[in-house]
Amino acid sequence: MVGNGMAGVRTLEELLRIAPDLYEITVFGAEPHPNYNRILLSPVLAGEQTLADIVLNPLSWYDEHDITLHLGKKVVDVHRSRRIVVADDGTEAPYDRLLVATGSNPFILPLPGKDLAGVISYRDIADTNAMIETAKTHKHAVVIGGGLLGLEAANGLMLRGMSVTVVHIAPWLMERQLDEVAGNMLQKSLESRGLKFLIGAQTAALVGEETGPEGEPGPARGRVRAVRFKDGSEERADLVVMAAGIRPNTALAEKIGLHCSRGIVVNDTMQTITDGRIYAVGECAAHRGIAYGLVAPLFEQAKVCATHLGEFGIGRYLGSQTSTKLKVTGIDLFSAGDFAGGGESEEILLSDPYNSVYKKLVVKDDKLIGACLYGDTADGSWYFDMIREAKNIAQIRDQLMFGEQHLGDTGHAGNNRASAMADSAEVCGCNGVRKGTIVKAIREQGLFTLDEVRKCTKASGSCGSCTGLVEQILMATAGAGYTAAPKLKPVCGCTDANHQQVRDAIREQHLLTIAQVYEHLDWRTPNGCASCRPAVNYYLISTWPHEALDDPQSRFINERAHANIQKNGTFSVVPRMWAGETNSSELRRIADVVDKYKIPTVKVTGGQRIDLLGVKKEDLQAVWQDLGMPSGHAYGKTLRTVKTCVGSEWCRFGTQDSTRMGKELERDLWRMYAPHKVKLAVSGCPRNCAESGIKDVGVIGVDSGWEIYVAGNGGIKTDVAQFLCKVTTHQEVLDVSAAFLQLYREEGWYLERTVHYVGRVGLDHVKARVIDDVENQKRLFERLRFSLDGLPDPWFEHDKARVDVRQFEPIAI
Amino acid sequence: MNDWKTICRVDDIPVLGARTVTRASGGDIAVFRTADDKVFALLDRCPHKGGPLSQGIVFGESVACPLHNWTIGLDDGCAAAPDVGCVQRFSVRVEDGAVALDLAELAQPVPVAA
Repeated sequence: MVGNGMAGVRTLEELLRIAPDLYEITVFGAEPHPNYNRILLSPVLAGEQTLADIVLNPLSWYDEHDITLHLGKKVVDVHRSRRIVVADDGTEAPYDRLLVATGSNPFILPLPGKDLAGVISYRDIADTNAMIETAKTHKHAVVIGGGLLGLEAANGLMLRGMSVTVVHIAPWLMERQLDEVAGNMLQKSLESRGLKFLIGAQTAALVGEETGPEGEPGPARGRVRAVRFKDGSEERADLVVMAAGIRPNTALAEKIGLHCSRGIVVNDTMQTITDGRIYAVGECAAHRGIAYGLVAPLFEQAKVCATHLGEFGIGRYLGSQTSTKLKVTGIDLFSAGDFAGGGESEEILLSDPYNSVYKKLVVKDDKLIGACLYGDTADGSWYFDMIREAKNIAQIRDQLMFGEQHLGDTGHAGNNRASAMADSAEVCGCNGVRKGTIVKAIREQGLFTLDEVRKCTKASGSCGSCTGLVEQILMATAGAGYTAAPKLKPVCGCTDANHQQVRDAIREQHLLTIAQVYEHLDWRTPNGCASCRPAVNYYLISTWPHEALDDPQSRFINERAHANIQKNGTFSVVPRMWAGETNSSELRRIADVVDKYKIPTVKVTGGQRIDLLGVKKEDLQAVWQDLGMPSGHAYGKTLRTVKTCVGSEWCRFGTQDSTRMGKELERDLWRMYAPHKVKLAVSGCPRNCAESGIKDVGVIGVDSGWEIYVAGNGGIKTDVAQFLCKVTTHQEVLDVSAAFLQLYREEGWYLERTVHYVGRVGLDHVKARVIDDVENQKRLFERLRFSLDGLPDPWFEHDKARVDVRQFEPIAI
Repeated sequence: MNDWKTICRVDDIPVLGARTVTRASGGDIAVFRTADDKVFALLDRCPHKGGPLSQGIVFGESVACPLHNWTIGLDDGCAAAPDVGCVQRFSVRVEDGAVALDLAELAQPVPVAA
């Protein structure tokens, strides 16, 4: 191998990996160093890293792989017919295959004075050391070229204490990697650090010092003194760094007769087109007319080349898209693809001068074709991947600018958030499921759907707020096998019908029993399951009140026993206290019941009631009887409570009688079954002590009447209720609240809270039916009245409420 | 030797429901009735967290535990996949609509709660 640089050595590494014993390898390197990371010369110059830090392959590596290494020897000739390489010191080496990786040379402007002392390029360790040494003794530096390399050199020299001027002939910095806006932002930022710029200036000559300063033993004769421009002006310079670009180093190749055109011309296997025994990789090679100067494509070339050298004969190099990042600490800059835009393409722009952030995305035919980022480059590689894969971005176009993180929270596209999570990271907070557990279950049990993952791991099975994340993990782990959940899910595994289809069938076909529903909709199971039967039972009794019969055996235990089951199998009892108001005789009865039935815990609830916890099931009937208070329905998908503040009766700030309003609402609506629990609140003034903003229906008293808010939720995810309307009288509050709740009862899906129901149908849908259409409001109100009319209190009218009292009597042996 | 003891009539158990049977030694027993009047008996203690299976929703030949919705097979007493665990089963005899349990079996010590 001729050339001991990054591309060549990477090729050897790849080759040794796939065919370790195929070749005896000899390497010639003109520099006296083992392979080092040329990209990191800038941090070395800037004093952030040392030379030792950037060595990629120490000498021991060459030893370990029995590679004969000739350092500091420049190959001057190759006898292609005899297959022998000759170095400048006369060293010879024979070859079967020759790899040319001579890299590139800096482009030295053909200026008068270019050979003066103190005029250097910026390419290797020697240049870097020269700059570091010069900075110790001299003050003024001029860098010619405001490209990537020039700016990195200028930054490094400045950090080493020199006063640096960058001369750049193009209208803005890094014109090949940045658009004008980003280029100007970059210039501003570098100027604020102390760099000076001469933009558009054309260098005419480098002026040497004929003699040292008078009377002093000045610097050596012939050292550069200044840069002179076409307009005659001069800029003082003790050091001139030429960073006006690089040219492929093809001197050797041309001498030995390899065809060169902007580099050594190679085919897709990295073989030179002239000599089948000779390959070329890296900056010296021209593939399809392009000589790449960035490391990623060179490594791709190395991989392809190695497979062919290794006689695997697979893989072709098809060219690369390249991206650019500037390695100046504290400046984030990224560009890739066709960032200039224009023509048929469209640009998405974000510009925040205050925070120095600028982003430009260039889109054409629903594909991202270019990106130029300044200030915030976190999503650079994400954009770059999309450019390379020519991914269709129509679906995510409106969110594209905000980056991958933004997308990761909601959609399927950003699966990297899931991939990036550690295995120990908790995914499902409800069930304490970690990512590793989910991944393991998916792998070991071959899961493909969200439902399967839910069943196996419980992840996302409770509140569901991590569903998106679980889907991403599933997608990342199961890959192509992943099955996205259908949009409208079936009620459960017993049927293909979804909730809306069941509701529609019950109404349209006038179905009255669960059996009829199952038959009509071809249920797969004879009597459903614990998921579908309660849903269907609710749909029947809410659609056909007083006609369809409630089925207690299709209700969850709480609604069957009219009490809340606790973890130890006992129950809790919450008697109704209208709007949270009670009195001495109720409290006395409660106290007596607690004593008599040895109830272990008495607790005030969040809904302004009293909870008796730990009641034995066989005591329930007697407890109800002794309390002599109505059922609080704290156990059901029903109206729970109407929370109120003290209101104008007592409160010195109160504007409305919220307690009375609350009692009226509660007496109107109690015993009302719904798709899910329903909570109300009434506050007597805008201070809102009853927290009406997070209730299914929240009422707030104002001077001129009442404001009604709906679809709030204080649960898993707090949702602020939305303003529905403002009314003046108590009766209007009752009418509107009842109409809204009846609409929810008729249209909501089982276990869907008002917040999700309104989110699904839209507030406008609700307003149109409940507020705008007064006749419809009335009909809704009347249907609710009809439904609730004559409904029994299950604590006292067991027969009428179809309470199976046998459940309270255990059989003793 | 079986020692059958009639505890109730089939009709005393709700269809797709259960009754609880208490015994002096502790460890209630849940006696279930399916839609087609089959009767099963299990220890009234879910293998998961000890929930009272008698309070669950009965469907097919399974019951859903009221605490965390594990599905337990009435016939084998075992949790449906992916959950794992089994609860003790008891023999049941139904003759002329009378449900009987085996006193000898019931007299055996109650397993310690998990």
